[in-house]
Amino acid sequence: MCLAVPVLVVKRLDGEEAIIDAGGVRKQVSLALVPEAREGDYVIVHVGYAISRLDPDEALKTLALFAGMEAAA
Amino acid sequence: MKYVDEFRDGDLARVLAERIARAVEPGRPYRFMEFCGGHTHAISRYGVTDLLPASVEMVHGPGCPVCVLPIGRIDNAIALALEHGAILCTYADTMRVPASERSSLTKAKAAGADIRMVYSAADALRIARENPAREVVFFAIGFETTTPPTAIAILEADRAGLANFSVFCNHVLTPAAIANILESPQVRDIGTVPLDGFVGPAHVSCVIGSQPYEFFAEEYGKPVVIAGFEPLDVMQAVLMLVAQVNDGRHEVENEFARAVTREGNGKAKALVAEVFELRRSFEWRGLGEVPYSALRIKTKYERFDAEKRFGIVYRAVADNKACECGAILRGAKRPKDCKVFGTVCTPENPLGSCMVSSEGACAAYYTYGRFRDREAA
Amino acid sequence: MSAVRKDYVRPIDFKTGRVDMSHGAGGRAMAQLVDELFLAAFDNEWLRQLNDQACFAVPTGRMVMATDSHVVSPLFFPGGDIGCLSVHGTINDVAMSGARPLYLSATFILEEGFPLADLRRIVDSMAAASQAARVPVVTGDTKVVEKGKGDGVFITTTGVGIVPQGVEISGDRARPGDQVLVSGTLGDHGVAIMSFRENLEFETTIRSDTAALHDLVARIVEAVPGIRCLRDPTRGGLAATLNELARASQVGFRIRERQVPVRSEVNAACELLGLDPLNVANEGKLVAICAPEDAQRLLEVMHAHPLGRDAALIGEAVDDSHRFVQMETGFGGSRIVDWLSGEQLPRIC
Repeated sequence: MCLAVPVLVVKRLDGEEAIIDAGGVRKQVSLALVPEAREGDYVIVHVGYAISRLDPDEALKTLALFAGMEAAA
Repeated sequence: MKYVDEFRDGDLARVLAERIARAVEPGRPYRFMEFCGGHTHAISRYGVTDLLPASVEMVHGPGCPVCVLPIGRIDNAIALALEHGAILCTYADTMRVPASERSSLTKAKAAGADIRMVYSAADALRIARENPAREVVFFAIGFETTTPPTAIAILEADRAGLANFSVFCNHVLTPAAIANILESPQVRDIGTVPLDGFVGPAHVSCVIGSQPYEFFAEEYGKPVVIAGFEPLDVMQAVLMLVAQVNDGRHEVENEFARAVTREGNGKAKALVAEVFELRRSFEWRGLGEVPYSALRIKTKYERFDAEKRFGIVYRAVADNKACECGAILRGAKRPKDCKVFGTVCTPENPLGSCMVSSEGACAAYYTYGRFRDREAA
Repeated sequence: MSAVRKDYVRPIDFKTGRVDMSHGAGGRAMAQLVDELFLAAFDNEWLRQLNDQACFAVPTGRMVMATDSHVVSPLFFPGGDIGCLSVHGTINDVAMSGARPLYLSATFILEEGFPLADLRRIVDSMAAASQAARVPVVTGDTKVVEKGKGDGVFITTTGVGIVPQGVEISGDRARPGDQVLVSGTLGDHGVAIMSFRENLEFETTIRSDTAALHDLVARIVEAVPGIRCLRDPTRGGLAATLNELARASQVGFRIRERQVPVRSEVNAACELLGLDPLNVANEGKLVAICAPEDAQRLLEVMHAHPLGRDAALIGEAVDDSHRFVQMETGFGGSRIVDWLSGEQLPRIC
């Protein structure tokens, strides 16, 4: 039950809703589970709900890890 | 797409493939189980197997909550629509799961049941609001990733005083699945399923954090590496698992650090704890009864519990005798070891759980990978 | 004294009126609908004769006939509607044999209560598509079913054409070594439709690619008369088409994901919904299979045409007793591109 996609929070709406952008496609989702997410953050969305905020620094570190540029964790 | 494309880069894949090839010790086999349907799908869809050395085998565990849904529960869902006349709202994944007497939600719909596919629990709430004169039931399935949205829907229905909305709850728990595998005779006593480590689920871990896996690493002496969803994540996790096995370590490592923390999502966990409690036991298709492996709605919110509202009685239904799903889900057999794989049992006509969802081990293998057998033959 | 003309007939109210059972009964109301809507829109010498059939001379050659029913929902979507879709679809089916489409028929099954404003919009769209393609709708039929027994409107179009001498295009003609090309980006139509489907609403600038391909086909046949196969990947997408051709020609296919053109927004939408662009319907694209020595020329001809600007060479036919369509993924590994199982449903898992 894992299909989830990293998307950009474009606009926060009333309540805990937000418009997200995924590669140019926009959709409304709920931020009820990640209320601290701000416009400009990336979140991971599953069945219409953001479940986690994406940490851009960790993402870069992970990419570097793939390339063997850092010692394995 | 950002944070997606970079993690599927073919050049980095080659780099990682070389590093894994250098890391594996000659003559030593490595068997790693992943039990996240998304990982099963990613491995098949991107052909990750082609980039791993032959000594590394990826075993698909029971990571697909659709696949482990027992026939009797699908029968219950069909009855809610067909006999009780409720509007049954469901995720698309359940539509083709085989039920008793060759039925399924798709077939029940064709027979007149009002079954509607939804993308989110919020859609089911909306349908309940739009149809005040009808009963609306949300068919809730999924592991810990999908449970918080259901909790939110129930709390919202409570706040709004919705009298016609209820949930048929089939949420299951990941750690229970792991324990079941590790406790099974094949693994524990007989040792016929040597498993050297686990690739931990990506999005379940966003919710529950990395902490729950520490017990397994400690108790069973197996390394766990939580991996992101993309094929490069899976390969990096394999590299990290190989390293741990070579070093004789059994720790929990987090490859998906960009989205997973040790504690997970506190708000999500609190919402789930507010609405749900553990069932003493729950049947998993192919695995039988598994203790403390599933959730039910608390008495406090029982008016939203479809099982109580409609007096649902669960009747266990045995799987087809030829079906090897149980062994496959435990990693004891492979899809091609099953006599009916690809012949009687196909994605068009699934007999058992592993063929039902596109992430089931058999379905993924059939849809994306069965050419490998033919080439070897 | 009445100032009204003796032969006055109140015109149909297309603004607020709805289809009712009398429109299908064969009487005055139906005749009026045919006259004020269908004849007015399609207007050609055959329809003006008001016969139950159309009579025309046929040039010599082999005749091709194709038919298609259209039940698409929603009826109106970004880039098109059920009307132009039904015209393009049948023109394309005829054209895929290498034939020049000549005439179309159109039948309508209307649901009682269907707004006449929508019907007019659809018919006008069909007429525009037919005129732009220069393939007239020369005969048709209308029926009305009771409310609840039809999804607004169902349209069936049938088309005929003539295949020029020496042109042999058929699904069973691919040979190992032949090259596989597509005329443009895949998945646009299906994604445009899904974006309008209830419960899946998402905003996108993706429009359906619905288009008549017969002119492109004519250019292709002219430049590469020995072209082996042509097919438009509609329902089931490229995956279905390649598997059909593999079975008919008794070959396998090897394609490269990096070469398959898909708009990034279509990819993104498919990611969100858990779909594979290779399974998604197209309504203005074709798959072409040619001998290796013709591939370069074929690509040039397609690029030179407005409907083939994004054409690409994506792979080749191979010897394969299992008839597998295999794809080298962008990631580097391989997988099969299989038929779709059951209905295409967005995945959550």
